[in-house]
Amino acid sequence: MLKYILRRLLLLIPILLGVILLIMFIMDLTPGDPATLLLGINATPEAIEELNDELGFNDPLLVQYADYIIGALHGDLGTSWQTSRPVFGEIMSRFPVTLKLAVFSIIVTAIIGIPLGIISAIKKYSVLDMVCTSVAMIFTSLPRFWLGMMLILLFSVQLGWLPTNGVGTWKHYILPVFTLAAPTAAKIMRLTRTTMLETIRSDYVRTARSKGAGENRIIVHHELKNAILPVVTSLGIEFGQLLGGAILIETVFSMQGISTLMITAIRMKDTPLVTGSIVFFATMVCITMLIIDLLYTAIDPRLRTKYTKAK
Amino acid sequence: MDSKTATVSVDIKKARKRRSKEIIRRFRKNKLAMVGLVIITIMILMAVFADVIADYEEGAIRQHSDQRLLSPSWEHPFGTDTYGRDQLARVVHGARVSLSLGVFTTVISLGLGGLLGAMCGYYGGVFDEIVMRLMDILLSIPTLLMAIAIVSALGPTVMNLLIAITISQIPVFTRVVRSSVLSVVGEDYIEAAKIGGSKDLHIILHDVLPNAIGPIIVQGTMSIAAMILLAAGLSFIGLGVQPPQPEWGNMLNQARDNMMTHPYLVIIPGICIAISAFSINLVGDGLRDALDPKLKN
Repeated sequence: MLKYILRRLLLLIPILLGVILLIMFIMDLTPGDPATLLLGINATPEAIEELNDELGFNDPLLVQYADYIIGALHGDLGTSWQTSRPVFGEIMSRFPVTLKLAVFSIIVTAIIGIPLGIISAIKKYSVLDMVCTSVAMIFTSLPRFWLGMMLILLFSVQLGWLPTNGVGTWKHYILPVFTLAAPTAAKIMRLTRTTMLETIRSDYVRTARSKGAGENRIIVHHELKNAILPVVTSLGIEFGQLLGGAILIETVFSMQGISTLMITAIRMKDTPLVTGSIVFFATMVCITMLIIDLLYTAIDPRLRTKYTKAK
Repeated sequence: MDSKTATVSVDIKKARKRRSKEIIRRFRKNKLAMVGLVIITIMILMAVFADVIADYEEGAIRQHSDQRLLSPSWEHPFGTDTYGRDQLARVVHGARVSLSLGVFTTVISLGLGGLLGAMCGYYGGVFDEIVMRLMDILLSIPTLLMAIAIVSALGPTVMNLLIAITISQIPVFTRVVRSSVLSVVGEDYIEAAKIGGSKDLHIILHDVLPNAIGPIIVQGTMSIAAMILLAAGLSFIGLGVQPPQPEWGNMLNQARDNMMTHPYLVIIPGICIAISAFSINLVGDGLRDALDPKLKN
C-alpha cells in the first residue's frame, strides 16, 4: 500500500509540471509586452528593455519556466503587477472563502445526492423516483450562475430572509453553497441510482436474498458497498469542478474568493496573478484526485491487491 | 469483388439499416425524449428565422433612450433592456450565437478528440501512452478554468471563445472515443478485416467506429448542452461574446444591475439557456436508451 501511495505521489509530479508549462505557454500568448503594460506607453524604450530584463521576459520560455518552478517549490509564485505584493500571499488570503464554498458544497452534494439516488433505485418507478429523476434532470441543465441569481431574487429580494452578497456570517454561505451544490447533487443522484440498479441485478445480491438475508442488510452490505465506489470517484472529480465552478458563483454573490481575485486580475492584465491563481487551482484539483484515488484503493480491497501485485 | 463478398456486404448494409430503424422506433416511443426533440427544434427554428422575427440592427443593437427598461407589453413581449433595446429581438438573435457555439464546439472537439482517441485505442502502445498522459494534464485543469485561461490570453472574441471551449473539451472526447474503440478492437471482425488486408484508416472508419458509435453519439449530444452552459458562463463574466452583440450569457451580465427592479431581464435569457440545455439532455437520455436497451433502468 505504501509503495502504491509513493508511486501515485511520483506520478503527480509530471502532471503538475505539465500543467504549469501548459498554463505558462497559454499565458505567454497574451499579446503586448509586459513592461510596456507596466510602465505605460510613454516609457522610453530603454526603460522598457531594462524592466523586461529585470523581470526575465527576455529569457527563453524554458528558462522562465524553470525559474517559475523553482520559485513555486519555495511557495513563490511571483509578484502581482498591480499591488506589488507576492501572488502566493494574495491567493492564500482569499483561499478560505473558496475552500469553504467548495467543501460545504461537496458535503451538501453527498448528503442530498447519495441517499436520494439509493431511494430512487430501491423504489424504482415509484412516484418518488419519478420526481427525483425529473428534478435532477432539470437541475443538471440549469446554468449555476443563473440559479444563483434566481435564488437571490426569491430569498433575498422577495422574502428578505437571506443576505444577497458578502461573506460575513454563516447565513451568507447558504445561497452560494446551495447554488453550487444543486447541479452536482443532481448528477451524483443520477449516478448513484444507476450504479445501485446495476448491483441490484447482480448475482451476489440474488444469492444474498436467496440465503434469506434481511432486506436492509442486503441494501447496506451487498448493494451499497459495491455501488458506492464509482460515486466516490465521481465526488472527487466533482470537487475539482466545484472549485472551478465557484468562479461564477463568487461573481454572482460578490464573495471575495480566489475566483473574483482572478477575474479582476484578468481585467487588469495582471499576468503573474492570473497564472498563479490557475496554477494554484490546478494543484488543488490534482491533490484532490490523488486523495480520492488513495481513498478508493482503501475502500476497495480488489484494487489494493491489484496494485501491490502489478509492478 | 467476387459475388460472395458482394452478398456479404449487402447483408451488412441490410442489417445496419434494420438496426437503425429499430433505434429510431425505440427513440420515438420515449415520450420525454420526443418532447425534448420538439422543444430544441423550436429553439433552432427561432434561431434560424431570427431575422424574420426581429430586425438585428433595429431591434437588437440600436439603443432607444426613450424606451428604457419597459416592462413586458404587447409591443415588447419580453420588455426592453437598460439601453431601450427589445429583449425579444435580443433573445432570438442571441439564440443564434449560443446554440451555434454549442454545436460547433462539440463538432470540432468531437472531430479532433475523436480522431486522437480512435488512434489511441486502435494502435495502443507508446502513442497511446503519450497522448493519454497529455490528456491527463489537460483534464486536471477544470474546464471553466482552462477556457478562462485561453480567453484571457487570446482576448475575448467569439472566435477565441470557440477555440477555448473546443480545447477544453477535446480530452473528454479523446477518452470516450478511446474506450469505445477499445471495447470493439479485440473483436474477431476487426481481426478479420486486418487479415483481409484493409488499410488502418479504412478499418477505423468502416469497422471500428460504426460499432463503437453509441456512447460517442450520447456523449456528443450531452456535450452540446454542457457547452451552451459553459459559453454562457464565460460570457457572463465578460470573457465571451462582447456586447453589443447579444448572447444569452452576456445579456444576463448586463441585466445584473437592474435585476432587483426588473427581474424579467434576468429570468427570460436564463430560461432560454435552461430550456435549451434541458431539451438537449432529454434527447441525449433518449438516444442512450434507444442505442443500448441494456443500459435502460
